[in-house]
Amino acid sequence: MPDLTTEPSQPVAFPQDRSCPYHPPTGYDPVRATRPLARVTLYDGRPVWLVTGHALARELLTDPRLSTDRNRDGFPVTTPRFAAIRDRTTALLGVDDPEHRTQRRMMIPSFTLKRATELRPQIQRTVDGLLDEMIAQGPPADLVAAFALPVPSMVICALLGVPYADHEFFEEQSRLLLRGPSAAVAQDARDRLEAYLSDLIDHKRKEPGDGVLDDLIQQQQREGRPGRAELLALAVILLVAGHETTANMISLGTYTLLQHPDRLAELRADPALLPAAVEELMRLLSIADGLLRQATEDIEVAGTTIRAGDGVVFSTSVINRDQDVYAAPDTLDFHRPARHHIAFGFGIHQCLGQNLARTELELALGSLVQRLPTLRLAAPPEEIPFKPGDTIQGMLELPVTW
Amino acid sequence: MRIDIDKNRCIGAGQCALAAPGVFTQDDEGFSALLPGREDGGGDPMVREAARACPVGAISVTEPAK
Repeated sequence: MPDLTTEPSQPVAFPQDRSCPYHPPTGYDPVRATRPLARVTLYDGRPVWLVTGHALARELLTDPRLSTDRNRDGFPVTTPRFAAIRDRTTALLGVDDPEHRTQRRMMIPSFTLKRATELRPQIQRTVDGLLDEMIAQGPPADLVAAFALPVPSMVICALLGVPYADHEFFEEQSRLLLRGPSAAVAQDARDRLEAYLSDLIDHKRKEPGDGVLDDLIQQQQREGRPGRAELLALAVILLVAGHETTANMISLGTYTLLQHPDRLAELRADPALLPAAVEELMRLLSIADGLLRQATEDIEVAGTTIRAGDGVVFSTSVINRDQDVYAAPDTLDFHRPARHHIAFGFGIHQCLGQNLARTELELALGSLVQRLPTLRLAAPPEEIPFKPGDTIQGMLELPVTW
Repeated sequence: MRIDIDKNRCIGAGQCALAAPGVFTQDDEGFSALLPGREDGGGDPMVREAARACPVGAISVTEPAK
């Protein structure tokens, strides 16, 4: 166990940009070697704990002494963009129990495994329609714009009851919110998203539809909860989280498969491998890298003390490559037991939409590789731009041909 | 085998039903439930895997004393 009580002479910065879009930044090598707990420095110079070990991550992500309330004094922030919007209420992800539990309970029935299974035919039709259109237009194509983004965007619109006709507007605001050039831009984007959803909710009160937002409005009228602000906060997070994350997994997952032709051939030859391939891609890519918490009390772990007020960051890309759990962790292997990865998080905040995401990824990646047996990159792989380290990982564009 | 589900802890992630679909399901509210007739796990080797997959530790599995 290294001495963690003193700061290292060469502090490791978190987050950093990846050099390969599907591997953790090489700059994390020193902390990957420091399991299960390391120290890193945030952009503002603040030292925080970085959880790097899989067993410790599972333990701490279920520890109620770690808060996710972004409004707490000294809650760690990884980019100035988030510092500027943290005074807003973030539903689910930004609240602790018991408030979180009340919100989550309202949402669970819409996101069960059974519900995801019921949505399969509809998702398959969406996938098929977009592939038909892309193929009809002929190669080359930007897979992000033609497929990776519209699949989850159309699915979440249908599920929530948001008109897909408005997709360009909310995709753009989500983009600015998650990786706009400045805090002011991110804040404006959130204002516009809230105004849009607020109008939509008012409209739905007069003309109800059959989406999740309509269910929440009915529940509000019946039980008085969720309140107006809470309903709006839920709508924002469901819409943003519902399309950005899965879109990134489709684009980066495709890029990763195209860079592993043997694995791709294996998957084409045996579609029954798809669920395992999705889990393994989730593990390897760990696109939401850097889950944030703050200790509310002193916590004794791993031979040291996390003090009340300390920031604690979970690097999912490092944790999901813990050698004690995953042999040859940097290798893409559809036959390993990858299930216990924490790419969807762990504990009470584990991804609400994970069953839907798995279904979308299986159908999108499965159909894409079957329909286009000659799919390949249309640019040198090292020249294709991907997202910076301070946001959800994925491809910015993905030029492909077939 | 005795399986206990703490519904006050359950967050409806559905990981149990995904890991061991022959034993676990989600009820109308989305909470974990045991399939009728499978309350003892039916000898399914995936029951322990399901308990480990639960993100909130809501599932406990105990073997009866012999």
